[in-house]
Amino acid sequence: MGRINWLRLLSPLLLLVLWETTARLLDSRMLPPASAVFRALGREILAGTLPRDLAITLGRVAAAFALSMLLGSALGLAMGRWRAVDQFFESWLTILLNVPAVVLIVLLYIWFGLNEPAAIAAVALNKLPATAVTIREGRRAIDRDLSEMAESFHMTRWRTLRHVVLPQLSPYLFAAARNGLSLIWKIVLVVELLGRSSGVGFRIQVYFQLFDVTSLLAYTLAFILVMQGFEWSVMQPLERRANRWRP
Amino acid sequence: MERDAAARTPRQPVAPVMLSVRIRTKRFAQRDVLGPLDFTLGAGEILAIVGPSGCGKSTLLRIVGGLDPDYDGTLTWSDGRIPRIGTVFQAPRLLPWRTVRQNLELVTPSGGDAGDALLHRLDLWPVRDAFASTLSVGMARRLAIARAFVIEPDLVLLDEPFVSLDETMAIQARQVLLNAWRQRPLSALLVTHDLVEAAALADRILLLSGSPARPIRTLVVPPDLRRAGGSAALDLANEIRQALGDHFPGDA
Repeated sequence: MGRINWLRLLSPLLLLVLWETTARLLDSRMLPPASAVFRALGREILAGTLPRDLAITLGRVAAAFALSMLLGSALGLAMGRWRAVDQFFESWLTILLNVPAVVLIVLLYIWFGLNEPAAIAAVALNKLPATAVTIREGRRAIDRDLSEMAESFHMTRWRTLRHVVLPQLSPYLFAAARNGLSLIWKIVLVVELLGRSSGVGFRIQVYFQLFDVTSLLAYTLAFILVMQGFEWSVMQPLERRANRWRP
Repeated sequence: MERDAAARTPRQPVAPVMLSVRIRTKRFAQRDVLGPLDFTLGAGEILAIVGPSGCGKSTLLRIVGGLDPDYDGTLTWSDGRIPRIGTVFQAPRLLPWRTVRQNLELVTPSGGDAGDALLHRLDLWPVRDAFASTLSVGMARRLAIARAFVIEPDLVLLDEPFVSLDETMAIQARQVLLNAWRQRPLSALLVTHDLVEAAALADRILLLSGSPARPIRTLVVPPDLRRAGGSAALDLANEIRQALGDHFPGDA
């Protein structure tokens, strides 16, 4: 276990060393060294622009994530539970799953304008079908014997959902949440790049126009660090807690 | 021998009737699996339903437990209302992500003391905070029995509750059940394919044929043998087996 933890630490450190060495050897504006990117990161943090943009982007990620998880899970549960609902929404999901993310974003901007609700709806709609499909499979895998046990002891619907159904769904919920986060933050950047005047995506577009690769990488790095921090501090402890009963 | 067994075949239980079951037929996948079937259960009586494996005994319990409304027939409860029913399923059906105590609390949110007393009595107190996923087969079965009794039922449905236990553990588990019954006598339907188990626990034994399950005979366990267990139950089981001869083939 200790060896595995060391490897986990060693791997990104090695990547940084590799990056720094290669950049110094190439000595090109196209690939600034890691040290320069970290200096730029510090500068942007002190100036206050990066924290502000990061907060705005994270707000959008959170809103789109909550919306897609809530609606996607509800739809997936209903589709897994009732065959008629499944048959009705099956084609909708297939369409949504196959429309390119950027097409949905552009269409929503055209139909509803370059505003915040359109941006968040575009991101949520991109993620919703995958969540619904995952949760539908989870609902189908629910142990009928346990549901029957709950029924025989006259457990209320709410108690059954909370104590019998949701624990069985938790692996599917975590899978949907983890995939969702990794997908959503990427789409949020595209949404910001295409039609917002704030956030990390917008800033990346500005630095792209200025050909400032150092600042561009500083913003990307900051966002990756925040998302990784969320994975370590929230997702993994939650998942460990949900799985602590497994022998 | 046959005359003795037949002599103990009254039509009605001695205790007042709690439930009258009249099932004309129960079909499953275009096939009759049960019926016609007509019997009564007395208040405070343990009625064993014995028949070959797969004859529809569990289906009968599901019907009585209200889990399968799709049948042609009637259930008539003596006071016109469905009593509180505790079920011990063939598999324990515990929630593995909840502790032993939490499995009981789930079915009795306000019955903590009764649950604790049962855990003591069933020797589960030392593992009260262990997840159900970590229990041995015997412990899981005892917890399933505790869960059925913690709701203070008027009727317990027991679907082969001791199957897959080794003989020593099965005897212990039967004793646990009888102790629980002595604490608070209640009606019970015990489904089993084991005549010894039926003779060791029941007041009466309803023998069913192979699928579709129909009654072959109802036998009263003599009062002096009732819940005596051990060799007395074995003797009675052998006596019944001999009396029935070819009427009761299979593994019973």
